[in-house]
Amino acid sequence: MSELPRKAGGAVLVLVALALPLVLSDFWLQTGLFVMAAAIGAVGLTLLVGVAGQLSLGHAAFAAIGAYVYAYTTGETTTSVTGLGLPPVLGLVLAVGVAALVGAAFSPVAGRLRGIYLGLATLGLVFVVRHLLVNLSDWTGGFTGRSVESFALGGFSFSNRDPDYLAVAGVEFEGLHRLWYLFLVLAVAACWLASNLRAGRTGRAWANVRDSETAAAAMGVGVAQVKASAFVVSSGYAGLAGAMLALAYGRVAPDVFGLTASVDFLVMIVLGGLGSVTGAVVGALFVTALPLVLAQYSSALPFLAAPGSGGLDPSTASRIVYGLAIIAVLVFLRGGLAGAARRLRQRTSTPAAPPAPRTPDDGDRPVAVTTPRSKETTR
Amino acid sequence: MSYLLEQVLNGLSYGLVLSLIAAGFAIVFTSTGVLNFAHGSVVLLGAYLVAVLHPTIGFWPAVLVGMAGSAVTGVLINAVLVRNLADRKPDTAAILMLGVDIVLLTELTRRIGNQVLTLGAPWGASVVRFGDVSLPTGRVLAAGVTVVAFAGLWYLFSRTDLGVGMRAAAADGPTASLMGIRLSRTAATGWALAGVLAAVAGVFLTSFPAPGVAPTVALSAFAAIPAWVLGGFDSVPGAVVGGLVIGLTSALVTGYEAELEPFLGTGFGEVAPYVVMIVVLLVRPSGLLGSKEAVRV
Repeated sequence: MSELPRKAGGAVLVLVALALPLVLSDFWLQTGLFVMAAAIGAVGLTLLVGVAGQLSLGHAAFAAIGAYVYAYTTGETTTSVTGLGLPPVLGLVLAVGVAALVGAAFSPVAGRLRGIYLGLATLGLVFVVRHLLVNLSDWTGGFTGRSVESFALGGFSFSNRDPDYLAVAGVEFEGLHRLWYLFLVLAVAACWLASNLRAGRTGRAWANVRDSETAAAAMGVGVAQVKASAFVVSSGYAGLAGAMLALAYGRVAPDVFGLTASVDFLVMIVLGGLGSVTGAVVGALFVTALPLVLAQYSSALPFLAAPGSGGLDPSTASRIVYGLAIIAVLVFLRGGLAGAARRLRQRTSTPAAPPAPRTPDDGDRPVAVTTPRSKETTR
Repeated sequence: MSYLLEQVLNGLSYGLVLSLIAAGFAIVFTSTGVLNFAHGSVVLLGAYLVAVLHPTIGFWPAVLVGMAGSAVTGVLINAVLVRNLADRKPDTAAILMLGVDIVLLTELTRRIGNQVLTLGAPWGASVVRFGDVSLPTGRVLAAGVTVVAFAGLWYLFSRTDLGVGMRAAAADGPTASLMGIRLSRTAATGWALAGVLAAVAGVFLTSFPAPGVAPTVALSAFAAIPAWVLGGFDSVPGAVVGGLVIGLTSALVTGYEAELEPFLGTGFGEVAPYVVMIVVLLVRPSGLLGSKEAVRV
């Protein structure tokens, strides 16, 4: 499989994403913003869980930290909350930085624990952060949360003002349109960085530790350090995703970043296929857009009832569909959607090839036969 | 003084209920290596069955049906889903259980709706007095039933062929299999046991002083996860110790919230179990009574 078709496909997708704001309605733009923010969080988590093999249920906690750091550093001091009033760009950088720092502070735990043990420890993190968000109300606004300053770059605001009227090809570009491009740039940069990290030295070290800590240590990989680095990188991604969610909502509140959000991030990467960046993006698209779209179009779907009428309302339906999707993917599709796509590609591109030799850990991964460089340790 | 004693007794009895749930986590984990995130929903399922059935068939038969229902659900989850996983790794199984939990919990939430179902327990809201300390009858009963249940578990695991087989399977599955122990049977027994314990815990978690069966019960069953982790992942006695520690901690933190609030903030009772869990995991990654994880190359 040469790299060219994949790159061309990516370029086409980016071009389509660039053109979409010209035709989409506000609902779809808003959905797209949520999808892109979630995709960045999912990509960060797939590096941690899929590549480095550390289960984390605390991703929402880091997203919360990013969101609140952005809201606090860029916000103005009012009667109810304080804020630093820093420039938004600095706020975004700080959001990523502080989330990564907290990840680093948690890494002594992460370095000692593995697999589900780590997952359980990070589960505690979600509850602790939520408690802090509710109680540090001077900074966070408590239960009701606080509003978020819109993003601005050198006098150009990503909101409906400043400049008041901006149009491209006859379509007025309002806050949602402007944010779309900001998010697109961030998302593409985050995916590109993640792919490179995964394919490079860092990613190989992560995968090595995932497959066997002892073997990795014997190869000269500093296990604790490598595990901590995966945790820090993933926390930084989560922080960025959190700040973007805050921008998309225009408000932050503790309930957005509960355990459900952590589970949602995990589900995105499992549906897409653990360790796959593209898979994480597709998973984010599915998990984020499904409930919004079902709610928006529930009147047009015959099997859905109005919320509160006792029938199958849209949010219940989307929860059940999404629970069943997890089960179905885990039981039937080894390696998630990315794994299925890989098998499909293999089948169509090399029909006469003998079955690829199987590695004990991941039976379906093609070994060096189809790729010029052996990538089997990094998926 | 009697206030302190009351909080301690409340905490211990609540902790014993938690330890029933925690033991369910530990048994499923040792018999199949699965972190059962759907356990909270199974607890809710047991309580829901009792609440729905007790007007027609009476409370005690309803409890039996609830126990059977939870046990069968557990066995089915294992036989149909866990055993057929495409990728048999602990992490994947844990995520699968999150999916099962979402489906079960959403369906139960939809059926319960906004109401709080009454459980119809015969002890109602009565209170037992010991001197100047009073405890809800349900809690006293829970403590008694839990002690009996753990005595039963001890007997099962140390005196019966089935229980010894389960321990052998947990210690070394392939070898136990070679010795003629049927792993499918020990696994099913483990899931069924966990389901029965979950239903019993569900009954006590939803009777007085709790208002009744509501979807939030599944979340309060989550508080058993710190109890389980604290005790050690593979240890049933550890689950008891962990449950008691967590029960005591949350009862005391909640009971003295007014005094603690300036330092810890409101609602710390819900977070305290997780803080204790993180601290214990830092000091002893395998829990208080858990066995150290062996590392093979």
